[in-house]
Amino acid sequence: MSISGLLWQFFAIALALALAPLLTGWVNQCRAWLQNRAAPPLLQPYFMLHKLFHKDVVLAHGASPLFVFAPYVVFGCMLLACAIIPTLSTDLPFAPAADTIALVGVFGLARLFIALAAMDIGTSFGTLGGRREMLIGFLAEPALLMVIFTTAMISQSTSVATIVETLAHGDFVINPSLAFAGIAFTFVSFAENARVPVDNPATHLELTMIHEAMILEYSGRHLALIEWAAALKLYAYSCLGLALFFPWGIAEGDSAAGLLLAISALIAKLAVGGALLALIETINAKVRIFRAPEFLGTAFLFAVLGLLVRLLLESRV
Amino acid sequence: MFALLPIDVLLIAAGTWLALGLAGLAAPRNFRYISKVLFPLGAAVAVLAGLTSLSFLGSGAETAVLAVGLPGLPFHLRLDNLAAVFVLLLGFAAAGISVFAAGYFRKGEGAAPGLLCLQYHFFLAAMLLVLLADDAYAFMVAWEGMALSSFFLVTTDHRHAEIRRAGYLYLLIAHVGAIAILLCFGLMASGSGDYTFAGMRAQSLPPFWASAAWLLALLGFGAKAGLLPVHVWLPEAHPAAPSPVSAMMSGVMLKTAIYGLLRVSFDLLGEPLWWWGVVAMAVGLATALFGVLYSTVQSDMKRLLAYSSIENIGLIAVALGLTLLFHAYRMAALAALAMTALLYHCLAHAGFKSLLFLCTGSVLHATKERSLGRLGGLIHRMPWVAWLALAGVIAGAGLPPLSGFVSEWLLLQGFLFSPGLPHPWLNMVVPVAAAVVALVAALAGFAMVKFYGIVFLGRMREEALKDAHDAGRWERAGLVWLAVLTFLLGVLPTTVIRLIDAATRQLLGAGLADKVREHGWWLLAPISPDRASYAPLVFLAVIAAAVLLGRQLVHRLYHGRLRRSPAWDCGYVFQGPRAQDTAEGFSQPIRRIFEPMFRMERHFPTVRDEQPYYSVKVEDHFWNWLYLPLARFADGISRLIIRLQGGRIAIYLLYSFLTLIVLLLVARP
Amino acid sequence: MSTVVPLSAQLINLFAAVILLLAFAMLAQRRVLPLINLFALQGLTLCLSTLVVAFSTGQAHLYGSAALTLVLKALLLPWILHRLVRKLQVKSDVEGLVNIPTTMLIGIVLVMVAFNVALPISQLASTISRGTLGIALASVMLAFLMMIVRTKAIPQVVGFLAMENGLFLAATSATYGMPMVVELGIALDVLVGAIILGVFFFQIREQFDSLDIRHLEKLKER
Repeated sequence: MSISGLLWQFFAIALALALAPLLTGWVNQCRAWLQNRAAPPLLQPYFMLHKLFHKDVVLAHGASPLFVFAPYVVFGCMLLACAIIPTLSTDLPFAPAADTIALVGVFGLARLFIALAAMDIGTSFGTLGGRREMLIGFLAEPALLMVIFTTAMISQSTSVATIVETLAHGDFVINPSLAFAGIAFTFVSFAENARVPVDNPATHLELTMIHEAMILEYSGRHLALIEWAAALKLYAYSCLGLALFFPWGIAEGDSAAGLLLAISALIAKLAVGGALLALIETINAKVRIFRAPEFLGTAFLFAVLGLLVRLLLESRV
Repeated sequence: MFALLPIDVLLIAAGTWLALGLAGLAAPRNFRYISKVLFPLGAAVAVLAGLTSLSFLGSGAETAVLAVGLPGLPFHLRLDNLAAVFVLLLGFAAAGISVFAAGYFRKGEGAAPGLLCLQYHFFLAAMLLVLLADDAYAFMVAWEGMALSSFFLVTTDHRHAEIRRAGYLYLLIAHVGAIAILLCFGLMASGSGDYTFAGMRAQSLPPFWASAAWLLALLGFGAKAGLLPVHVWLPEAHPAAPSPVSAMMSGVMLKTAIYGLLRVSFDLLGEPLWWWGVVAMAVGLATALFGVLYSTVQSDMKRLLAYSSIENIGLIAVALGLTLLFHAYRMAALAALAMTALLYHCLAHAGFKSLLFLCTGSVLHATKERSLGRLGGLIHRMPWVAWLALAGVIAGAGLPPLSGFVSEWLLLQGFLFSPGLPHPWLNMVVPVAAAVVALVAALAGFAMVKFYGIVFLGRMREEALKDAHDAGRWERAGLVWLAVLTFLLGVLPTTVIRLIDAATRQLLGAGLADKVREHGWWLLAPISPDRASYAPLVFLAVIAAAVLLGRQLVHRLYHGRLRRSPAWDCGYVFQGPRAQDTAEGFSQPIRRIFEPMFRMERHFPTVRDEQPYYSVKVEDHFWNWLYLPLARFADGISRLIIRLQGGRIAIYLLYSFLTLIVLLLVARP
Repeated sequence: MSTVVPLSAQLINLFAAVILLLAFAMLAQRRVLPLINLFALQGLTLCLSTLVVAFSTGQAHLYGSAALTLVLKALLLPWILHRLVRKLQVKSDVEGLVNIPTTMLIGIVLVMVAFNVALPISQLASTISRGTLGIALASVMLAFLMMIVRTKAIPQVVGFLAMENGLFLAATSATYGMPMVVELGIALDVLVGAIILGVFFFQIREQFDSLDIRHLEKLKER
């Protein structure tokens, strides 16, 4: 750990805070274009955050301190996730704090808090959202873990930094198992980020929503924090996916030139990824909630197949 | 000077507990004396026992011989590192539970307080003796003492028929298990006839008999721990018992069974065979999945926790299976990793499950209600209990930074190495088993959110809940103690691993401590930091810093204004407690997705109903598939035997006479 | 990885993995037309993998096999099946005897079995693509599973054809393909089989107004 490493660590966090709403804005813009709508400005999420921070918090009568506390915890969890995932450089002082398995735990902790907060006011939609969120959670977690197992077996490590170093800086090898794991990871991140086949981030049709149902009672700065945390989550998942499956460009040391390259590579990759996300969301329809198990079951299946293929094809060569 | 060895201190502790129990009998109706003097004293003794084993850990085994019991059959006792880890667990968990109990038992509830005090402290002493026993005889005596005292504790409220039924079931299965354990000891002592553990250790059984002994041990200890399919007593007995007793049974007593299993598998039987690991893992996975699925669909808060205990025991059995596998293939470092996960989960579960059971006790006292459907919103009336329960819930859901996560993390790390097993099938099937572990952990999160959200959050589902009061001073102290333990187990993994390392070293000849010590006390890296690492303190610090800084910045840059208003709920007007999910409603997705796993009886309302209602009853398949046929079979056998009973003395005498003659013929030299 | 694996072997492994993936996708597919398209895609992948084997080993006759695969399995048979579906106006949903998640779980178990069964055989083989033998076996088993759990006739035929794909993959991976005569014979068999089954479909539908092969159960003697 060095001073410059620490500086880059804080820079990575600041970059995450700044880029995350931009990514959301970009996805929204692409989606609007694809759906023949007039697109909102790219900076719309920032405007919204600014507006929400300005507004008063309107708190329901039955709200407990947990309800007020939860947005901060969720925000903190997502920030930690962004601090661990190597976006620019693999030399991160905070990275040893949590490996990929612990990263799943961080997302789990955030999920627990937001589901509990949803149940706190005692409204029908709140509990509905909490229940569905936990449903998606327990379906997605095994698949995510199998993806992690596959990548961990390739690099002999669960630490994200080591995985990236092995995959990006080792010899070029085609790993069919990574293709399976990549598909599974895509499925899981769609479900986890409340995206279209499972949930619709733009809906306010009560009976179909999951994430939105949970945060109905939030307002003002609390809502802003939750929206920001959601953007950070999308950013974290995108960066994790990029780090695991397209790690080229992430710097190994902390030289300025390498990091400059890494930043431009990251932005380019995120732009392409965001556009693809918008495309997939546009050409798919949201499925019924009880089709979600099938969707995530398929993800799980791909992840397990990846693991098996890894064991069959690649372990003995 | 006469120096007290740790084992002597522990024996004195056991003796003091017995004495405290008897002191309760001296004034069985004097409520203040018993609850405010005897129970706190018991807690102090428990802390003493915990500290003793803490100081002992890492040193060599100590033995003692007690000349009690039958002539020529003295009790052999021995304190080694494995026992010390479990004594540590017993002492620290019991301390919190006893302090809680001091404030929990009320006048005029169930049995006389003196009697309760006797049973409770007898139970504690028996568990301590189980851990210290070094011969089959002492072990069985202590084991039976534990079973009996806990049976009486379960049936404290014996006026209810269902509690008597639960107690009967518990006693029955406890004895089936005890017979299996007895047979297992018999097999192990068969060669030399030596009933001491030292004698069993010395001889090596042929593989067939060793396997038979191990399977008997799995059945016997599994019956006490709640492994499938002998788990049925657990969800009945835990809710029936008073909450401190449920906490003690779930947190500590189940672990004595795990202790026994470890003792037999690694210490007494010598070299394990690889397929024992497969059996243990399969049973464990089935138990864990079964437990967690049933825990999500319960609508009684204590039953929910009881099923969650089954799940945790299942996970411990999975870790046991992994340890056996690695050990059988002589992968010592990995076996040590899996064993550390196992012991860690024992400690973690003892902490958080006791905490949660005690919280249900406080809720029960405050509201007289166990059914989730009649609770809700208690965080407003019982903030202490609610916030402390949150610690238990996070640990129980296996989430960082609390205790449950560390053991699950270690277990998954162990699974990551399983492709290295030198066996073509195992190295493919075992890694996939990790997915089941992940599913179980995630479902545990579902169950915990259900438990916490429905009991403590939302609107109060009944008017009467408005009068609920927070836990008293003693109860609060017990809860805080256990919550602090859960927290420490979560954030100081390296310290804890160094403690339990002595036990893994004793059983497997390898430990994690050297590896762990290399990287500083704050970073847990069981193999190497490149391979995997976890630092809960950094983890916690980053989140805490984000929370505090975020709050400060938002308030400084913008404002901290806040208004109260009615809930919005999409503008829906008819809000009220009935609009929230019930316990049944919350678990509807689980019932739907895992439908074949449950045996359900549902009643749906129709339009013509005068008083429409919906009800769902979920039952265990094992009753219909295993227990009822067995019961019918036993019934049939007894019907046959009943024919022997003619009622005439002459016939009975004839039986005795015939028996005598047959015996004489058989026993001819 | 310690030893450098030739790129061709990596590519073959990749294609084999894709074939397995497509086998699973067919197992999970609910509709008939996408099912046929997936089958065509599997044929195409098979053709590519054969090409790579042919190129890397210099076995000329494998180019012929690849061409045959392309024409027959990626183009002709899917076209016939498409026509059949349109002519017969098959309902688009595929019904199964077992629900899809369960089928997939069984599929996973089958894959594990196949991999482990193939392990000793592929260790004997000396070809560059020996690792794919397990995948080939798994594809055969998955296709078999599809034939068992589907109740409609067309998915069953697709399962039958997919099974042949798996066998072909096994042949190329274990022994660099079968002799051309055998291969031509099998190809012809498959084609004729598909056509005969097509004729059968018309008959079945005329008889029962449906392609549900459960109706055939009535044909047993009482």
